Amino acid sequence: MSVAESPRLPAPLYDPPVIAPGHSSASVGDKISSVVFGKMPLWFYVAMAISFGGAMMLLTALTKLVFTGIGIWGNNNPVGWGFDIINFVWWIGIGHAGTLISAILLLLRQEWRTSINRFAEAMTLFAVACALLFPLFHTGRPWLAVYWLLPYPNTMAIWPNFRSPLIWDVFAVSTYGSVSLVFWFIGLVPDLATFRDRTKKLWQKKIYGALAMGWRGSARHWHNYESAYLLLAGLSTPLVLSVHSVVSFDFASGQVPGWHATIFPPYFVAGAVFAGFAMVLTLMIPLRKAFGLEDFITMKHMDNMGKVMLVTGLIVGYGYIVEIFTAWYSGNIYEWYMIRNRIFGPYKIIWMSLILCNVLAIQPLWFRKARKSIAALWIISMFVNFGMWFERFVIIPTSLHRDFLPGSWGMYYPTRWDFATFFGTIGLFMALMFLFVRVFPAIAMFEMKGLTPDAKVKEPAHG
Amino acid sequence: MTDLLMPHPAPATPGGSTTTGDCHVEWKKPSAAPVSVNLAAARERLQSRGGATYWRSLEELAETPEFGELLDREFPRFASEWPDGVSRRNFLQLAAASLGLAGLTACTRQPIEKIVPYVRQAEEFLPGKPILFATSMALSGVATGLLIESHNGRPTKVEGNPEHPASLGATDAVTQASVLGLYDPDRSQAISQLGKAATWTTLNQQLTSALTAQSAFGGAGLRLLTGPVTSPTEARLIAALLESYPQARWHRWDPLARDGATKGLTEAFGAPVGMRFDLAKADVVLALESDFLTAGPGSVRYARDFADRRKVGHPEGAAATMNRLYVAESSPTATGTVADHRFRIRPSQLGGIVQALAAAVGVAGVAAPPLDTASAKWVAATARDLAAHRGAALVVAGETLPAAAHTLVAAINEALGASGGTLLYSAPIEADPVDNLTSLVALLDEMKAGKVDLLLVSGVNPVYDAPADLEVAAVFQGSSALRIHHGLHDDETAAYCQWHVPATHYLESWGDARAYDGTVSLVQPLIEPLYGGKTTGEMVGALLGRPTDDAYTLLRETWEGQMGGETFESAFRKLLHDGMVPASALAPSQPAWVGASVSAAVQALAGEPAGGELELALRPDPSVLDGRFANNGWLQELPKPITKLTWENAILLSPRTAEKLGVKGNDVAELTSPDGRKLTGPVWLLPGQADGVATVHLGYGRTRAGKVANGIGFSAYAAQTLASRYGLPSVTLAATGDSAELATTQGHQSIDWMREESEQATERAIVRQATLSEFEQDPHFAHAGAHEGIDVNASFNPGFEYKGYSWGMVIDLNACNGCNACVVACQSENNIPVVGKEQVARGREMHWIRVDRYYQGDVDEPSAIVSQPIVCMQCEQAPCEVVCPVAATVHSTEGLNDMVYNRCVGTRYCANNCPYKVRRFNFLLYQDWETEQFKLQRNPDVTVRSRGVMEKCTYCVQRINRARIPADRDQRQVADGEIQTACQQACPPQAISFGNINDPAAKVVADKKNPRNYSLLEELGTRPRTTYLAMVKNPNPELSA
Repeated sequence: MSVAESPRLPAPLYDPPVIAPGHSSASVGDKISSVVFGKMPLWFYVAMAISFGGAMMLLTALTKLVFTGIGIWGNNNPVGWGFDIINFVWWIGIGHAGTLISAILLLLRQEWRTSINRFAEAMTLFAVACALLFPLFHTGRPWLAVYWLLPYPNTMAIWPNFRSPLIWDVFAVSTYGSVSLVFWFIGLVPDLATFRDRTKKLWQKKIYGALAMGWRGSARHWHNYESAYLLLAGLSTPLVLSVHSVVSFDFASGQVPGWHATIFPPYFVAGAVFAGFAMVLTLMIPLRKAFGLEDFITMKHMDNMGKVMLVTGLIVGYGYIVEIFTAWYSGNIYEWYMIRNRIFGPYKIIWMSLILCNVLAIQPLWFRKARKSIAALWIISMFVNFGMWFERFVIIPTSLHRDFLPGSWGMYYPTRWDFATFFGTIGLFMALMFLFVRVFPAIAMFEMKGLTPDAKVKEPAHG
Repeated sequence: MTDLLMPHPAPATPGGSTTTGDCHVEWKKPSAAPVSVNLAAARERLQSRGGATYWRSLEELAETPEFGELLDREFPRFASEWPDGVSRRNFLQLAAASLGLAGLTACTRQPIEKIVPYVRQAEEFLPGKPILFATSMALSGVATGLLIESHNGRPTKVEGNPEHPASLGATDAVTQASVLGLYDPDRSQAISQLGKAATWTTLNQQLTSALTAQSAFGGAGLRLLTGPVTSPTEARLIAALLESYPQARWHRWDPLARDGATKGLTEAFGAPVGMRFDLAKADVVLALESDFLTAGPGSVRYARDFADRRKVGHPEGAAATMNRLYVAESSPTATGTVADHRFRIRPSQLGGIVQALAAAVGVAGVAAPPLDTASAKWVAATARDLAAHRGAALVVAGETLPAAAHTLVAAINEALGASGGTLLYSAPIEADPVDNLTSLVALLDEMKAGKVDLLLVSGVNPVYDAPADLEVAAVFQGSSALRIHHGLHDDETAAYCQWHVPATHYLESWGDARAYDGTVSLVQPLIEPLYGGKTTGEMVGALLGRPTDDAYTLLRETWEGQMGGETFESAFRKLLHDGMVPASALAPSQPAWVGASVSAAVQALAGEPAGGELELALRPDPSVLDGRFANNGWLQELPKPITKLTWENAILLSPRTAEKLGVKGNDVAELTSPDGRKLTGPVWLLPGQADGVATVHLGYGRTRAGKVANGIGFSAYAAQTLASRYGLPSVTLAATGDSAELATTQGHQSIDWMREESEQATERAIVRQATLSEFEQDPHFAHAGAHEGIDVNASFNPGFEYKGYSWGMVIDLNACNGCNACVVACQSENNIPVVGKEQVARGREMHWIRVDRYYQGDVDEPSAIVSQPIVCMQCEQAPCEVVCPVAATVHSTEGLNDMVYNRCVGTRYCANNCPYKVRRFNFLLYQDWETEQFKLQRNPDVTVRSRGVMEKCTYCVQRINRARIPADRDQRQVADGEIQTACQQACPPQAISFGNINDPAAKVVADKKNPRNYSLLEELGTRPRTTYLAMVKNPNPELSA
C-alpha cells in the first residue's frame, strides 16, 4: 500500500531505513562474507577463549554433578527446584525471539526482520540447547531420565505418564528445538552456497558445498525454497506460543500457591518474547559495532526491538498486577499469603529487583530518545535479562519455600556449583555464538540483497 | 503375638554357640565377617608372643603409618563422612591391609569351630520370615520389656512387649534407636591393656594376683563402680562379692539417677521407697519441672495411661472423664506441650511454689512463702483443683528438684490422698539404693587417699559425665589402683583405666532387670556378641574368681535358685519366652511418715539460693540423654522436641531474654558461673522458655564416644559442680562475636519467622483445637467456619471403588506428645539413612514421619505449644501422582500412594507438588553401602534406596504385605490390628490408628467417625487417607478466665 493511496495517514515521525543507503548486492555479500573469510581480531580469540573456559566449567560442574548427585546444588526440601529450573525457563524464554522474528515477522511481512533473523535463530538454537541441559541434569538419575521420559516401545510396556506436564515439556521443547534447527538450516542454504562459491580453500568449498546441498540458485530452487520456508514459518508460528505455554503448565498445573494460576501461559509467552528481544539486543549491539554492520542493523531495528520490548514488558508488568489482584480477590489465604511473602518475605530483595528490572527499567522506552540511544537500549536490555531471571526465581523458589504447612517451610540458597553450572551455560552459549559468527553468515545475505536498490530496480513497474 | 515364638534355641547350648543357632552360623560365616573382626583378631595375634617372632614382616607392617592409621580408623567410612566415597588412597590402604591380614589369617591356626549342617529345619525358623524374641532393655538399670524382630539371626527392629507393664507394646525413641547401637562400628572390639590388645586370660591373671592380695585384708582396696542395679543376678553376684570381701565397697554413678527423689523419699519415710504412678486413675495432675511422659522410668506406660484419659469423642464413649494436666517448667518439654495449663517458671522459683502448694493443700507445718501475683494465682487455682479431686490428684516432681522439694511433694501427695490410688509406694526396685553423687564422691575421696587398689568401672563413664569439680580424670590419673573399665565404648573413662573390656550390648547379653514397677524382665541375646564382650555379671563373676562362667550360667543360677525343681527347665524357657517373670511387680505398700521430715524440708528449701538475673538449668538431652547414646546417628539426627535441633546442643533462651542480653539466635555466647566455669555454645531462641533461664542440654562435647559424636556440641558437664548438678542460680552471658550454623528441621532463628509461622498455622487451622466445654457444645468444631461446605468429592468422573482393602490412618493430636518414638521407629523399620548435620542444615533430612511443632499466641508468651506428626497422607487425589513424568508414583488398588523406586528418575516434581511436603529426596548417596555392621541392621523387606530417587512413607507396605499374604492364603480378610505400622506400634500414647477403612469394625473407622476427625488442608481436594483428631484441651475455668 503506498502513501499516495491513503493521504490521510501522517508520515511516520521517525522511520530510519532498514538498510543504509548505497548498498548493492555485491557490497552486501562482501561485507557479510568478510566476517567469515576475513581475519579475526585478537579480541575475538580472547572472548572465544573466555567463553570456551565457561563451557569447560560447565563440563566440570556437570561431571561432578553426575558423579556426586544433585546434592551439590542448593535444592532441598521444600525447594525441590532452584537454579536448575530457573535457568531452564530463562534460557527457553531467551530462545523465543528467534522463531518469533523469523516466523511471525516473516508472515507479517516485516522486512526489518531480515538482518536480525539469522542471528536470532542461532541464538534460539543455542539457548534451547543450554535450556535442555537443565531438565536433564537436574534429575536424580539423568542416565535414565534421558530416555525414560520418551515414549519408546519397551518390553515392560511402560509408557511415560502423559498426564505430567514434564512430558508435555519434553514434546514441546524437543519439537521447538528441531523445528527451529530445520528452519534455521533451510534459511542458511542459499548463503552457504554463496560461501561455497566465494571461498578459495578447497576444504572449505567441500564443507560449505556439502551443507549447501547442491544449491545453484535456479528459479526452481528459489521457488521450492520460498515454499518450504513459508511452510516452516507457518509451522513455527504456533510453536512460539505453545512452547512457553507448555513450560508454564509445569507451574500452572501444580497446586503450589504462586504456580497454580490461569494467567501463566500468556504471561509466560509475553515474558519469553520480552526476554528474547532483550537478549538479541544485548548480543546484537556489540556485534554490530565489532563487525561494522551498522549499515545492515540500523536504528530501525533498534527502534523496533525497543518497541517490542516495551509492549511485551508492559504485558509482563500487567501479569504481575493481575497475579496480585487475583490472589487478593480470590480470598484464598494461601495465595494471598504467597503474594505477601513475595513482596515482604525473606526474598523481598529479589521481588524488588524484579520490579526494578522488568517494570521500571523499561519505561524510558516510551521515548524515542531512549530508543535512539544505543547505550540506553543495551543497558535496558541487560536489566531485562536480569529481570527475567529474577522473575523465574520469584516464581519457583519463592513460591516453594513457604507453601501450605508452615512446619515445612524452609529457605533456598544456591551453592557455588549452582553458579558454576549457570555461568557455564552462559559460557557454552557464548562459545557457540562466537563459533556461529565465525563460520556462518550471521546476517542472511540473500535476504539483505533483496532489500538493496539492485533488487528493487529489476522489479517490473507494472507488478 | 502370633509371631511370638519359643525363644532362642541358645538355652540348649549356653552362650549361644553355633551348634543350634543356625542363624548365628549365617552371620558368622567368614565371608560376611566384617573387616573389623579380622582387625580385632589381628590385634590379638599381633600381641601374642608367638606371632611376634614368626611374623616379623607383619610386625613391620604394623609399624607403618598407613597401617597404624587403618588400625586407628578401623572403618573407612562413618557418619561424619557420608557423602564421600572411598578415595583412591583409602582404597589402596584397605587393599594393602587386607592383603597383609589375609596372610596373617591364612597362616594362623583357626580355632576349631563346629558347624552343624542345616539338615533339620530349626524350630519355627523359615528363611525370609522374621522371628520375634522377647527381651528387655535396661536404662539406668530400669527395664522395658521388648520384642525384637530377628531376620536370619540379625536383630533389626525393636518393638515393645505388649504383655510387659512398662511397655504395653510401645517403646520410646531411645529404645527404638538401641538396635543401631548394637551395630555401632565404633564399639570397642577387643580387650586392651594400656591401649594395646590383650586377652581375657591375661586380665584374669592380673585380677587373680590382685584379688589374692586383697583377700588378705578383706578386700579393703577393692571397689566396684556401676550404674544403678535392679538386676537380681547382678545384685546377687555383687552381694556375693561383698560377702567374700567384706571390706570391699560398691559405688554407684549415673548422671540420670533420680537422686533427689531417692533422698527426698528416704527423708519422708525413713527408708528408701520405690514410687510409681497410676495415671489411669489421675483426674488432675501437676508436673513440676518433670517430663514424666517421655523421660524416666515408666514413661512409656505413663504416656499410655495418661493419653487414654484424653481420647474424647469416641462413638462408644469409651473415654471416662478427661484428665487435666498442669505443668510448671523452665524449658518446654514434650510433657509441657500436652498440658492444659503450662506455666513458665524459673528453677529457683520451684521451692517457693512447692511450699505454697503444700500450704494450699493443707500440709501441716508449711507456711506459704510470698509469691508474685501471677504465680500466686495459678498456685491457688491449681491447688484448689488438686484438692477438689482428692484421691484422683497427683503431683509429679522432676528429678532436678532438690531432695527437700521431693519430700514436700510427697507430703502434698499424701494430703491429696494420692498414695494407693494415683501413686503407689513399694519397696525400691533398685538393689541397695544410694545417693549416686555421694557414692561417687566417696569413691573419689578414697582414691585420692590411696585406699583403692583395684577398681572395676562397669558401664559408667564418670570421667565424661561427672560434675567438673570432682575432677574425676585427675583422680583416676593420680590413683595407683588397678583400674578396669568395662563398657560398650573405649570412652573417656577407659582412657584413664589401664584395662578396658568391651561390654556386650543388651541384644547380645543374657541377664535380667526390674521394670519401673518391679516386674522382673529377662534379657536374652538375639545374636552372638559381635566383638566378644562381657556383661556386667560376667565382670563381677571374674572378680568372684569365675572368669569362665558366662552370663547364661550366671543367669540360670539365679533363677534355678529361686524356682528350682524338676520343672525348672521348662519354667525357665517360659520366662524367656514371655520376657518377664509373671506377677513380679512389687506390691504396693504404705510406708509410714517420719513426722519431722516436713519441717526439715521447709528449712532446707529456705536455704536454697535465690535466682539471679540469669539462671542456668542443666538438663539431660531429649535425644542422647546424658551422652550415653551420643554415638547413635539416629538419635543425633532426631529433631529434639520443641527446638527441632539436631546434631548438637545449644544455650536455649527465650526471645525476650535474648533480646535483653543483647544476643541473637545462632550467636555464640559464653556463660560464666560465679566460680569462673565457662560454657561456650551457640544461642538458640526458644519461645516457651522461661524468661531469665538459660537451659543447656547435657550429653554433647564428647571426645571418645566414636566417629558420630566426637566433637559435636559442647559439654555442659564443664559447668556442673557438686553443688549445682542441675544448674546454677546465677550466671552471666556474653556474646563472643562469633556465630554458628545450627541444624534444625523446622523454623528459623528469626523472630519474624517464628511469629509468621505461628500466625499462619493458626490462620490455616493446621492444628484444630477447642476446649472441652466447647467440644461438648459443638463436637464438630473441627469442621466449623471456612472448612465447611466444600464438597471434596465433587468430580465428573466416578471414583475408584475399593472392593477389598482400603487403608487409612488416624492420628489423635490429643494423645500425641511429640516424643519422637515414631520417627526413630520409622527410620529403623524403613532403612532410612542418616544424612549428617550439614545436610540437615540444608533441609535434606530423610525422616518419613516428622513432628511439626507450632506455637500458639505470641512468641514471647506462647499460650500453648502443639505437636503434629506428619506422614504421607496417601491422598486419594494425590497431587504427586499426576505430575510424575515416568509414573514412578502411582495409586494402588488398596488406596496407597505407591513409590516405585526403580522407575524414579528424580525430577522432584512430586515433592514440589505435595502440599504436605512429606516426600524425601536422596540428593546424595546417603545410605552407607560399605560399613558391614550397618548392612546387618537393615530390614530386608524394605528396599535400600540409592541416590537420585524420591522416597516417602508407604504406610509400612511391607508389613501390610506380610499380613496380607497369609490372609490371602487362608482366604480370609486381614483382621483389624493384625497390621501395625512402625510408627503406630512404637507410639507410647497410642495416638495412631491404622487399618482397613472398608472394615466397619476397624478401630480406624471408629476413629474416623469421631467428630474430632478432620483432614489436613482438605480444601485442596486431595482427600487424604491420613486424618487427624482435633485437639481438645481441658483448661481450668478459673485460670482460663
